[in-house]
Amino acid sequence: MRLILISLLALCLAAAVGVGITWMTATKGTDLGTLTIGAWTARPKTGTADIDPYSRATIVRNGELPIGTGDGVAFTATTDDSRKPLDGRCDVVVSGVTPAARFWTLTLYDGKGHLVANTLQRYGFTSQEIVRGADGAFEIRVASRSRAGNWLPTGGLERYALMLRLYDTPVGVATRTQRDAPMPAIATVGCP
Amino acid sequence: MIRLLYTIVAGVLLGLVVHLVSVLALPRIATQDAYSRLTPLTQLNAVTALPPADPGNVLMPFMDPAFATAICRYDLSGGAIKLAVPVSQAYTSVSFYTRNEIAYYAINDRSAGRKVIELDLMTEAQHNELPEDEEITAADRLIIDSPTATGLIVMKALAPEPGLMPQAQASLAAASCKVQTDVPPKQAKR
Repeated sequence: MRLILISLLALCLAAAVGVGITWMTATKGTDLGTLTIGAWTARPKTGTADIDPYSRATIVRNGELPIGTGDGVAFTATTDDSRKPLDGRCDVVVSGVTPAARFWTLTLYDGKGHLVANTLQRYGFTSQEIVRGADGAFEIRVASRSRAGNWLPTGGLERYALMLRLYDTPVGVATRTQRDAPMPAIATVGCP
Repeated sequence: MIRLLYTIVAGVLLGLVVHLVSVLALPRIATQDAYSRLTPLTQLNAVTALPPADPGNVLMPFMDPAFATAICRYDLSGGAIKLAVPVSQAYTSVSFYTRNEIAYYAINDRSAGRKVIELDLMTEAQHNELPEDEEITAADRLIIDSPTATGLIVMKALAPEPGLMPQAQASLAAASCKVQTDVPPKQAKR
């Protein structure tokens, strides 16, 4: 009787631990093969056949299609450069330059990876439509209320993610540092 | 007391095994993966344009709203696939995914170097059966080996400004994806 109880306990514990860790790694992701530059992270290997099992599990669970390496690379940011989570009620400035790429797009997503509704129907910018300074640098204002220049509306969401996708770019599996890929800075400049 | 401790240690170790097995099995047992989501919307071995990415479209997460997207869901069991995607003005890319969403190949308009991206997609077995000295190789078409018999081809055309979206969609509408017939039309006439 005692043996049965104890084995049952061990099996229940095994199921809880196993499924629990799997669920956590599939939702939160792991640090396997990540490339982190400033607040931006990318997983260049998800676009190849060498993808790690954890990224595969995440992708399959979310139902997304990762961007192929011959196509481009996607960088995600959920915090600013000082590790403060991106807050849609604050004014966040994304500024500077981007790595070499034929085109890039910057898109704002909610926690589930969906676009955020707004009256302008503006969900992001492409490298071609952005207004730049004389030196080629740009400044994007991510805020809930309308701003002059490149305004990206947040819809007042509490938490959001920015995704910078570089298309036809040398950035990829071999990239290691900021020098290879100068990513734009993200700064929270004011909260109401 | 010591027996309880053993039980806990055994449980945790067994849990790690369960974790490894479940992570490796997840791609095979998932029912809400991209392929399953796209299956009801797309035709087999034909090009289907996806609805534009907007807040009401929750088909797949992290879609790029600057792109027009079209899907060819393929099954190579009936023969190799011929794919032709005309290049749009800004940027066009074609990505290949296995049934379990592994991105095994992707090409963009510049690396294709032509006005039309033309590819033959086949399984390795079909590739090996190709006669080596025939016109097929002389036609210098790019041949891609698919690791699985089924999968997805994702064609994307960039609209650098929102006003250019109709053009991007139009260039994808001219794309074709169909099963290669065994006898080429030229020989059939003879």
